[in-house]
Amino acid sequence: MSDIVIKGHRGIGETVTGTALVAEDNFSARYDLDRIKGVFSRPAHKLCGQNYVGKILILDAAKGGVATSWMLREMTERNMAPAALLLNDANPIMAQGAAFADLPFMDRFEEDVTVAVRGTGYG
Amino acid sequence: MKLNDIERAMQAGDMGPARQWAIEQQIAVGNFFDADDLVEVNQVHMMADTESLGESGVEFLERFANLPWEERRCLVPTVTDPRGIDLESYKSLNQEEVFAERERRAIKAFESLSVMMTDTCINYQIIMPPVMGEHLAFGDTGSVIYTNGALGARSNFEGGPAALAAALTGRVPRYGYHLDEKRRGTRLFEVAFEPKTLSDWGALGGVVGRRLESYWEVPVLEGITGRPNSDELKHFGAALASYGSVALYHIVGVTPEAPDTKTVFDGPLPAAEPITAANVADFYKSFGVHEDKVDVVVFAAPQLSLVETQMLARTMEGKQVHKETSLIATLPPAVKADSDRMGYTATIEAAGGTVLQGVCFYQMYARETGEANGWKRLLSNSAKLVNIIQGYGYEPVLASMEDCVDAAVKGRMGS
Repeated sequence: MSDIVIKGHRGIGETVTGTALVAEDNFSARYDLDRIKGVFSRPAHKLCGQNYVGKILILDAAKGGVATSWMLREMTERNMAPAALLLNDANPIMAQGAAFADLPFMDRFEEDVTVAVRGTGYG
Repeated sequence: MKLNDIERAMQAGDMGPARQWAIEQQIAVGNFFDADDLVEVNQVHMMADTESLGESGVEFLERFANLPWEERRCLVPTVTDPRGIDLESYKSLNQEEVFAERERRAIKAFESLSVMMTDTCINYQIIMPPVMGEHLAFGDTGSVIYTNGALGARSNFEGGPAALAAALTGRVPRYGYHLDEKRRGTRLFEVAFEPKTLSDWGALGGVVGRRLESYWEVPVLEGITGRPNSDELKHFGAALASYGSVALYHIVGVTPEAPDTKTVFDGPLPAAEPITAANVADFYKSFGVHEDKVDVVVFAAPQLSLVETQMLARTMEGKQVHKETSLIATLPPAVKADSDRMGYTATIEAAGGTVLQGVCFYQMYARETGEANGWKRLLSNSAKLVNIIQGYGYEPVLASMEDCVDAAVKGRMGS
């Protein structure tokens, strides 16, 4: 397993280390998750059934509604949140939610982060 | 980011800890999106349902609610999105008391901040409609996309905490749809389909939304021959925002920033992507049908306008909902009061329907409420709802209002 460096736009939050959970799919806390159990629950999501708690989630774009902002903090306070979130494309909700929850968050990488990370064997 | 004297005073804590927290959040988000400065807003619309807030969100609000008045009051008019519980009806829906108590605490905290509890996602129709060019901080995707697209006002998606921050500072970071250059078209769709019902408009929004990649895309539609009304654009935009996560659209010849196709694009036009009647039919089919049984029929997401409520009452008049099927309509409190006064509520209830106020189906603890009532097979005329509700353990199907009522009466779809 070799180290790789992928640069992105300036993000929010602290430095973290952890195991990645990667998919070429999008992310919405309200649409995709069972936040009580800590698993992806939308049947069509590529990570459906997978536990995301403590993982570094690496997905494509932020999707869905505005509720994610409140939900990310609620998840971090219950210790049921991912360790960090990396997306190819953020939207305002995800950035606002990450700022509110103090959840490490980055986007706009120099290459497709869902492909680059999976290619290393980390995912 | 450039800050003026007032903004620096907020950042230094001179205007209290709530405004200091708020502007620090906004600076973090502004830096993330390369905003040069903040822009003052005229109005804030805040997602305030306790299902999203959770216990931690309510506790967070309560901390601000106990500050001195000058430090806690909203600096601009601030209204709320639907709540998590209809306090008049939650018991009959088998919703738990713990949710109601959390709701009461949230309402008390919001009111202490001078938030107006309008409890509606259609504030742009019934509270204070946005004006072309004004800057706003709206907190429901359907509300934002209508404001940007149909009215030409300017807002990004402002999630609950971000809308709260905007209420406390009276401004937002200037990026995204506050900027002229971000409001230009990026994709062109040629529509060869004439929507007839509200669910058709939602389906059209869903078809376009499924083809979009990110928040920053601005779809432009050509070929819409009719003149859509406010409810039609409401369903179209709500679905487009739900499936596509986008905040702005233009319809050539209909919406204010798109008098013609050339005006709304910079440079050469992108290739037009066709949208056919078959695409829309496939969209409906993607949800299947409930031929055996329908557990619950829902009219919500967005909440119903008075015009939709009248339409529903007329469709249900003299009919009776099947004893093993529930029918629910969610209205803003302001519309519910009118609906009561005009007799629509009585008509819907006489036919076996339930009219809720100040809530929207997916925001009212949909998973727990569904489990408590045995609801799984859901039917709705809202393309937005059938998208969202899948994550809550439901099997949703999309149909027109007329077909939804027909299925509610039979207890199943089809003949």
